[in-house]
Amino acid sequence: MSGVEIIFIIVAIVTLLAALFVVTTPNLVHAALWLILALFGVAATFVLLNATFLAVVQVVVYIGAIAVLMIFAIMLTRRVMEDSGPQINSNWILAALLGLVLFVGLTFVLINSGAANASLSDLVVDPVEQLGKELVSPNAYVIPFELASVLLLAAMIGSIVIAWKK
Amino acid sequence: MGDPINLISQWFNNLLLGWGLAEGLVKVISLAIGAAIVATLGLVTVIALIWVERKIAGRLQDRPGPNRAGPFGLFQPFADMIKIFTKEITTPDGADKVAFNIAPILAMASVLMIWAVVPFAGTVVGANINVGVLYIVAVGSFGIVAVLMAGWSSNNKFALLGAFRAVAQMVSYEVPMVIALLVPVLLARSMGMNDIVAAQTPWFIIIAPLAALIFLITSMAEVGRAPFDLLEAESEIVAGFHTEYSGMGFGMFYVSEFLHVWTVGALIATFFFGGWSGPGAENFPILGILYFYMKTFIGYFLVTWIRLSLPRIRIDQMLAFNWKFLTPLSLVVLIVTAVVDKALEMAGVERWAYALIMLAANLLIGWIVVLILKAVEPNRKRQRVEFEHRPVAVAPKSTDS
Repeated sequence: MSGVEIIFIIVAIVTLLAALFVVTTPNLVHAALWLILALFGVAATFVLLNATFLAVVQVVVYIGAIAVLMIFAIMLTRRVMEDSGPQINSNWILAALLGLVLFVGLTFVLINSGAANASLSDLVVDPVEQLGKELVSPNAYVIPFELASVLLLAAMIGSIVIAWKK
Repeated sequence: MGDPINLISQWFNNLLLGWGLAEGLVKVISLAIGAAIVATLGLVTVIALIWVERKIAGRLQDRPGPNRAGPFGLFQPFADMIKIFTKEITTPDGADKVAFNIAPILAMASVLMIWAVVPFAGTVVGANINVGVLYIVAVGSFGIVAVLMAGWSSNNKFALLGAFRAVAQMVSYEVPMVIALLVPVLLARSMGMNDIVAAQTPWFIIIAPLAALIFLITSMAEVGRAPFDLLEAESEIVAGFHTEYSGMGFGMFYVSEFLHVWTVGALIATFFFGGWSGPGAENFPILGILYFYMKTFIGYFLVTWIRLSLPRIRIDQMLAFNWKFLTPLSLVVLIVTAVVDKALEMAGVERWAYALIMLAANLLIGWIVVLILKAVEPNRKRQRVEFEHRPVAVAPKSTDS
């Protein structure tokens, strides 16, 4: 077993355990903090795959923006220091089933896509430049990219309209 | 011989290889030692900075500053250190123990992690990754998480209020800061720190002075120092998010704040003052380290000077200044820089003419901003602060007379 594999296994275990604690801990703020650890684990996995750009963006967007806003919103609710009610409601069987189906489906697709046999050395040397060019190239992803931008703009205008003082 | 640091690291690597260790293991060991040295260097710098800052503060306030312990008071930081090490570390009742004790470590780590990508010299850089600028923004977000954790886990309303203020300030000032950072990235055509330093002919302070100014202001807000220190305004909310910390818990927040100011100086030097570049720095990297430290100190002195000169701003002023002034201005600067840069590149002008036209464009934006402010400010209706009348304390009427 090589060093990278050992590190990957450690990172994967930490990420999965943190993700498990997100849904099992009775305290909402603790759940958000565990979520940060899980997201950080995903970023570490990106680093192991030589995708530094994705890793850094993962931290900026998910930890720097989304997780912080979640904690902020949770802290504005009352009685945050206390543990809330039971963690499971009557839909847990359905949720577990859906999760299992998703897991099996993703595993099936990944194994059949041929990505499972790819090695790290097959990766592009500087993926950032290629990613940037593909995002604005008419032959590649310019339409999804612009659509996402328009969607975000619409969301931003919508939130301003909702927050507008009448 | 001008590059002793790489020489030593090569000698050390060969020594370990000579002992028969595997090549991968040697790399891991030498990287770990490098990280430890950079982190220790940062923390040792803080010891000197505490003395420097107190001395500057003293001089600016017309008093001598520390002058009792050792020559010129040089040993004062060591006395402070011994005092803070021997203090008891308390955890308040009802606090969330784990989060409470992790928060100071996370705060310190978020600042130290920035130093991993800062180029000390052309050949002396921790990790020369191609997304260095984005990495700096990313690790900054751990600082926000640390403040939130500290404020929430203290089980103290002042700490929680301080954390709210701090996060509101840090999250909103991140927007113009990132946009201002895009300007040097755009000019250097790279997000790598060493590429940005190499591209600075002339320094970006000449090509993009407005971006440098916005970056200076926003990073002062990120650090949370005066005039942006309302997150620990002692007249309103005791000490903000670190109210409940004692001993080394407080010490780590304190050290991370000092180190953050020094880091801001280093970033300003790297992005706008040419980093390690200077006469002879290409051939003798040791000179580059010297230039880098001198430029960093200039940025650090500037931040300290502003801190000691300006009063604290209110929270509504803080938010309005960011969203109504800095964010639009930084967007305009980014767009104008991009358009002018592309036009000049297509016209194929000389480098000195390019720098002059860029400078002129920046000055033009600045002039228009001043004109707009002059036209708007006198006519602006002052926002009335609405509040309910509080009962005035009246002496009870005496009944016995």
